[in-house]
Amino acid sequence: MAYSTTAGHHAHGHPTGWKRWLFSTNHKDIGTMYLIFAIVAGLTGLGMSLAMRAELAEPGLQVLGGDHQLYNTLISMHGLIMIFAMVMPAMIGGFGNWFVPIMIGAPDMAFPRMNNISFWLLIPGFLCMIMAYQHQMGSGWTFYPPLSSKVGHPGSGVDYLILGVHILGASSILGAINFITTIFNMRAPGMTLHKMPLFVWAILVTVFLLLLSLPVLAGAITMLLTDRNFGTSFFDPAGGGDPMLFQHLFWFFGHPEVYVLIIPGFGVISHIVSTFSKKPIFGYLGMAYAMVAIGVVGFAVWAHHMYTAGMDIDTRAYFNAATLVIAVPTGIKIFSWLATMWGGSISFKTPMLWALGFIFLFTVGGVTGVVLANAGLDFALHDTYYVVGHFHYTMSIAAVFGIFGSFYYWFSKMFGKEYSEGLGKLHFWLTFIGVNLTFFPMHFLGLAGMPRRIPDYPDAYAGWHSISSIGAYISAIGVLVFLYLVFKALLSGKKAVANPWGEGATTLEWTVSSPPPFHTFGDKVPKT
Amino acid sequence: MKFEKHNYHLVDPSPWPLLGSLAVIILAFGAVHYFGTGNSFVSPGSDPNEVVRGSMTPMLIGFTLVILTMIFWWKDVIKESHSGFHNKIVQIGLKYGMVLFIASEVCFFVAFFWAFFDVSLPGQYEWRDAIGGAWPPQGEGYLKPETMHAWGIPLINTIILLSSGGTLTWAHHALRKNNRKQLIIGLIVTLILGVIFTYLQAYEYHEAKFGITEGIYPSTFYMATGFHGFHVVVGSTFLLVCLIRSIQGHFTPDHHVGFEAAAWYWHFVDVVWIFLFTVVYWWGTI
Repeated sequence: MAYSTTAGHHAHGHPTGWKRWLFSTNHKDIGTMYLIFAIVAGLTGLGMSLAMRAELAEPGLQVLGGDHQLYNTLISMHGLIMIFAMVMPAMIGGFGNWFVPIMIGAPDMAFPRMNNISFWLLIPGFLCMIMAYQHQMGSGWTFYPPLSSKVGHPGSGVDYLILGVHILGASSILGAINFITTIFNMRAPGMTLHKMPLFVWAILVTVFLLLLSLPVLAGAITMLLTDRNFGTSFFDPAGGGDPMLFQHLFWFFGHPEVYVLIIPGFGVISHIVSTFSKKPIFGYLGMAYAMVAIGVVGFAVWAHHMYTAGMDIDTRAYFNAATLVIAVPTGIKIFSWLATMWGGSISFKTPMLWALGFIFLFTVGGVTGVVLANAGLDFALHDTYYVVGHFHYTMSIAAVFGIFGSFYYWFSKMFGKEYSEGLGKLHFWLTFIGVNLTFFPMHFLGLAGMPRRIPDYPDAYAGWHSISSIGAYISAIGVLVFLYLVFKALLSGKKAVANPWGEGATTLEWTVSSPPPFHTFGDKVPKT
Repeated sequence: MKFEKHNYHLVDPSPWPLLGSLAVIILAFGAVHYFGTGNSFVSPGSDPNEVVRGSMTPMLIGFTLVILTMIFWWKDVIKESHSGFHNKIVQIGLKYGMVLFIASEVCFFVAFFWAFFDVSLPGQYEWRDAIGGAWPPQGEGYLKPETMHAWGIPLINTIILLSSGGTLTWAHHALRKNNRKQLIIGLIVTLILGVIFTYLQAYEYHEAKFGITEGIYPSTFYMATGFHGFHVVVGSTFLLVCLIRSIQGHFTPDHHVGFEAAAWYWHFVDVVWIFLFTVVYWWGTI
């Protein structure tokens, strides 16, 4: 390169001890810290969901002792923690940080120090969420006013939540700026946009969604904060305001947000399916631009979350049609994964099982999504367990399967140790059976009229609820297996080779040692 | 596989991110403490003086620590620039960063304009009893019908802010021609115009016939113009830093990312104002 510089020749000491982690400017170390944080937050959110399933296991009051606001708090904080403190930190902060720079042949992220504050801001954000839990913030993860106004929540819970979301949002926006700059400015020579690995494409689309949608949410919750504490009336009809405004602003963020949760999974599943089918991905460009299309159209479908909120029929017709359009690029992805496997030499290693699980779960959720997209049908199904089943299949458990798929795919690369294939498969099957038992019956409950966000129900719903709770316990056992597997692998795992997956694994991270050197390619970058 | 040396800037470990997020904890918890447990805002129009507030001190300490972290952080950035780490390709990265940050800021303002249009567009106000079913509000009682008029101070402020964009471009041209004297004069004039704008805005608030608690019109008005005013203050601070750096001779004709970032930010604030002036001050009050 023609640029004259001293930067590339600067000698970097390798920081050691606590400074290496607390003051880190290394994308791999920061990625590891993100993953540890996500596991801790994930266990917190899992604990909340188990408490909910224990309460719902049978009709009548169970474990929560009749404290229904506690139930409200559990459902709210379960959703918020899982979204903002588990899935996003794991996929974008964890695997994105670890592998986007390596995959494009960059020495690190564009702004390594800013990368570190993106991570450290998770701590104040998470603490605010814990305080919101302590103050019984029970307005649902969507915190619509007036339930989240002073009328519905007079205490400090919602204030803590708003500031927590502000902080986590700032963390994500800084991360988004970092990823976009890295991907646009730091690709190795020869790594054109149309040669970029699909995981990098996925992260690129994801962070664009975050960059453009999170500030709108920030504005909305700022107005909620001033409504609560400074007497404005944005969402209060008594002052000429409009509660619907909050719903619009929230879902203008919220709908891109659900794609933020799932698109990184799209990226990694493409790599896993291709690696373990020993074939290049089918329709690479179509796969990349399908994600771009999902991202773009995702900004124009938000009000399908509000069909029953009182919009006029033309608006509903538009959002109905626009939402159905999303099924086209999504279908391109599903069928391209199938076509990648077609005629391939498939090996069913643990990551491949998670990838297949992902495709199954996402397809089920996608199909129920097409059902719910219809405004007429949604009038019957809105706020029932059908919706709970639908969105857990798509953005929750499919996203989690994407995370576990990534984890097993890249574990040996990140930590230089091999995990037990048997335990990995056991983890998969426990989780796969568990989550399907938990969430499939919810569709039946919803069709039968069971409303969401209710801690008690008539006896008629008892059967499916009890199966659902059993499923949750099975998944929880799966998590214990997972934790045991991780500790076992880290303490006594065999030393990993650079490329354990063979000829199917073609991206740059498999060309470096496991774990990669502190500066992946030394002071150089690869020419591709 | 072939390799070649890279020219990117790998930053040394730094304490500021960790310390910054500790400061954010104090700021956030302090803010909730300050909001207090008063419940007076259940209905609009209630007296703000009745709210029971907590102490502001923890919040202000947190805020001060956040600002201090920023100062030390950016001092390091300037130091690194002087050490030659900001070569051409690193400069491009920094510029990407600033443009993307401004893009996210634009989306932040989208929320407040959305709130304004949500009530002011035809079909959106007729059913709202609290504002007399009209825009601008024509209600009785505590909702005062006064609105801010466009052709007084707001017009003067528009002229001031647009002129400041011009003087800033003058400074930029001087910088590119390596004319430090004109650069400094251009920046000083821009800063003075920014300060006058902020002063007139404060004066307008002071003279306003409505308070922020008096319904949806004051809410949207103060929120949108208030956040804009806050951005003017931030932009002025950024320009002040550029002025000091210009006096110290930090900028060269082909390397002045800090100046360009400040100029882009200032123009962004300018554009937001033009939308505020046409939409909130003028269109929204006719």
